[in-house]
Amino acid sequence: MLTLNLNGVSREVDADPDMPLLWVIRDRLDMTGTKYGCGIAQCGACTVHMDGQPVRSCQTRIGDVGEAKITTIEGVQGKVADAVKAAWRGLEVVQCGYCQSGQIMSAIGLLSDNPKPTDADIDGAMDGNVCRCGTYQRIRAAIHEAARTLA
Amino acid sequence: MLKLDLTDAPVPSRRAFLGAAAAGAVLLAFRLDLRGARAAGGNDALSKAPAQPNAFVRIGADDTVTVMIKHLDMGQGNTTGLTTIVADELDADWGQMRVAFAPADAKLYANLLMGPVQGTGGSTAIANSWFQLRKAGAAARAMLVAAAAESWGVPAGEVSVSKGVISHTSGKQGRFGAFAEAAAAKPVPQEPRLKTPAEWTLIGKRVPRIDSAPKTDGSAIYSLDIRRPGQVTALVAHPPRFGAAVKSVDAEAAQGMPGVVAVVTIPTGVAVIARDTWSAMKAREALKVTWDDSAAETRSSDAILAEYRETAKKSGLVASQAGDADGAIKGSAKVLEAEFSFPYLAHAAMEPLNATIERAADGSYDVYAGFQIQTVEQAVLAATLGVTTDKVRLHTQWAGGSFGRRATPGADYFAEAAAIVKAWDGKAPVHLVWTREDDMAGGYYRPQVYHTVKAGIDAKGQVTGWRHAMVGKSIMIGSPFEAMLVKNGIDSTTVEGASDTPYALPAYRFEVHNAREGVPVLWWRSVGHTHTAHVMEVFIDELAHAAGADPVAYRLSLLTRAPRLSGVLRLAAEKAGWSRKPSEKGRGLGVAVHESFGSYVAMVADVTAGDSSVKVNRIVAAVDVGIAVNPDVVRAQVEGAVGFALSAVLRNRITLKDGVVQETNFDSYQPTRLTEMPRVEVHITPSEVAPTGIGEPGVPVLAPAIANAVFAATGQRLRSLPLDLSSLRGA
Repeated sequence: MLTLNLNGVSREVDADPDMPLLWVIRDRLDMTGTKYGCGIAQCGACTVHMDGQPVRSCQTRIGDVGEAKITTIEGVQGKVADAVKAAWRGLEVVQCGYCQSGQIMSAIGLLSDNPKPTDADIDGAMDGNVCRCGTYQRIRAAIHEAARTLA
Repeated sequence: MLKLDLTDAPVPSRRAFLGAAAAGAVLLAFRLDLRGARAAGGNDALSKAPAQPNAFVRIGADDTVTVMIKHLDMGQGNTTGLTTIVADELDADWGQMRVAFAPADAKLYANLLMGPVQGTGGSTAIANSWFQLRKAGAAARAMLVAAAAESWGVPAGEVSVSKGVISHTSGKQGRFGAFAEAAAAKPVPQEPRLKTPAEWTLIGKRVPRIDSAPKTDGSAIYSLDIRRPGQVTALVAHPPRFGAAVKSVDAEAAQGMPGVVAVVTIPTGVAVIARDTWSAMKAREALKVTWDDSAAETRSSDAILAEYRETAKKSGLVASQAGDADGAIKGSAKVLEAEFSFPYLAHAAMEPLNATIERAADGSYDVYAGFQIQTVEQAVLAATLGVTTDKVRLHTQWAGGSFGRRATPGADYFAEAAAIVKAWDGKAPVHLVWTREDDMAGGYYRPQVYHTVKAGIDAKGQVTGWRHAMVGKSIMIGSPFEAMLVKNGIDSTTVEGASDTPYALPAYRFEVHNAREGVPVLWWRSVGHTHTAHVMEVFIDELAHAAGADPVAYRLSLLTRAPRLSGVLRLAAEKAGWSRKPSEKGRGLGVAVHESFGSYVAMVADVTAGDSSVKVNRIVAAVDVGIAVNPDVVRAQVEGAVGFALSAVLRNRITLKDGVVQETNFDSYQPTRLTEMPRVEVHITPSEVAPTGIGEPGVPVLAPAIANAVFAATGQRLRSLPLDLSSLRGA
């Protein structure tokens, strides 16, 4: 049995330590907001926060999580999270929406560290998150918009 | 059926065959006209759709209004647009609107541009529903008014509705919920009065997407998120080559692994059933399968393309012709010739293919997935499961993209899921999951295509004749759609956008050769237009330059009978500042214009080209979709088309080496990334014509606009896709 600190709640999980965090969250705990896209850290759909930092849950062994605090799209909260979600809705970023949990978790990570990101900062933080619907123009605009509302 | 090419490969088993036969039976009367939307503007049949408020509108006692969505929303935003149409005629408040995906029921929910079939494709969701949903909303409104008038004892003519509130001139007011039950008992008016455009409060206005909130807090449920009690996950080991079959399986190691429930052999491969996805992945790796390649496609994609080149030299089937093209070209002042090749492309939607099947106690089934052709999918599921269609209930979920892949004529992955359930006797709900690798290497690609074009111009630069040959595998031949969409061997989805060109060519001949091969092919966002528009628009550009003419003016001179195309071309050129071209070295503007699915799109690309590199700075698009029900969704679809198609312009290709697909994930098949996304501006032509679609039409013009801009910037013509950047030398 492993104990996982997930969205502020302690969860007992019976899983092989090699099992990626992504599949523990989705298949063992049935929290499906975190998405599977590629399984090789090439798309960012599975992005969650580990002690506040965005990580790819498909490449994070559950055995390596230890006591780190894991936050998913369902549990993320606070001023930055609210600003990002509001900007995403205000600018109508989503299309199919499947990648957006990961996009939003990456954007919250960026804005938490860097409240006024430049375009280059956004490039650096968001280039690992793929959106096949091509919503990138609005993602960039929404991050700037969230930064404005946080200022 | 996975990797089963209905044209060439042997059918692996009777069970798999049943799927195709069922689809065929359903589709016998199918009269899908992928260009049908073109006529939507003046389409009498659409405007004569009956008023069916009971099929489409549910008003709850809690005052919510739920619109039954008969289509799949894979990101196009049709749930928002369809709901807007109902809400406007109903005079509802947007805040009270909800959506629910309709069950499979072709009698109520057929796509009116697909005959008797319920399905989503050809950018028809809004186009086919326009009159149907206006009438449904207007009829429901009239029924609410009648119920309120009766309750208040006043004439219906004195009752009005605004933003979800029913009012009488006396000051009496009530909300929809209070009258829902009484309204349901009122007769359905068959010809309710529809609003005039001036009366619209939501159509054409800024209305928020109905799916934004659940898609930004993790609560939207996609097919991959379905969790049924006791559910197990199935992964299938597919053969590495299309058309191969299982020869033998050693499943001993896999069966003993933790979490593994069963291993079963099915027509399309070997299925591992496990407690969770990861356990299934590990166990699948431990399977030892020997494949029978005797019927498999074993050629490389390069070898297949080389055969196309040879085939193109022979005479093919004539898709269209007028005058004596060869004679006209022979007598020309200048003759231009070019060849274009296009690779196989994977759809690579973010959510890989998957479906969940659960058997109920009475032997009927519930199936959860991103259904795209419900009528066919239900028939294939029923035939494979050995029950009648009424025993298979479809529960459509939000889809994480599709771009065409979720809709196959044989309902391939549904047949596979059903085969697993049958083989394992449906002991628990089974979730078939394709990994990214399964999805990308699993075929059903945009076909590889090869074009040759030859045209002449006279001393004044006018086109004299146009000779065009296309080689590729038909999507429709051998599929259950063949009888409806293939005429005299000509598959309209191969030649659309070329053989019916709107350019006024005095003499032309378009020929097509249907390639025979074992690679399964499929429609990919905008279908034939993905390649035909590129060839037409790049080659027209070449003729313009050979004639010493401005590429916009040259096109306009050939489009005098195509006012809507000319309109978007002028608008895009004006908004892009076409007349003030960049003077910067290595920078250039390129243009393209094309009609697809009844909508008209022009794009001007602004690029900077350097050694082996192209940076797209800006795209200015102009679109004419008739009435834009939701202008922001229209803009989003065009922005998205740019983001989706850009990687296909710059680098994407699926290649086969000795029959084995080489690109299996986003590392070797890289989608467009944020840093590459150009600034996109979308301008919408005002219109009072009935709406057409915009899910696909933004795609075809991007590649030629960029290729033409690269020429403007460097003087180098890159014709084939993806653009051969390695050959590019900066100015």
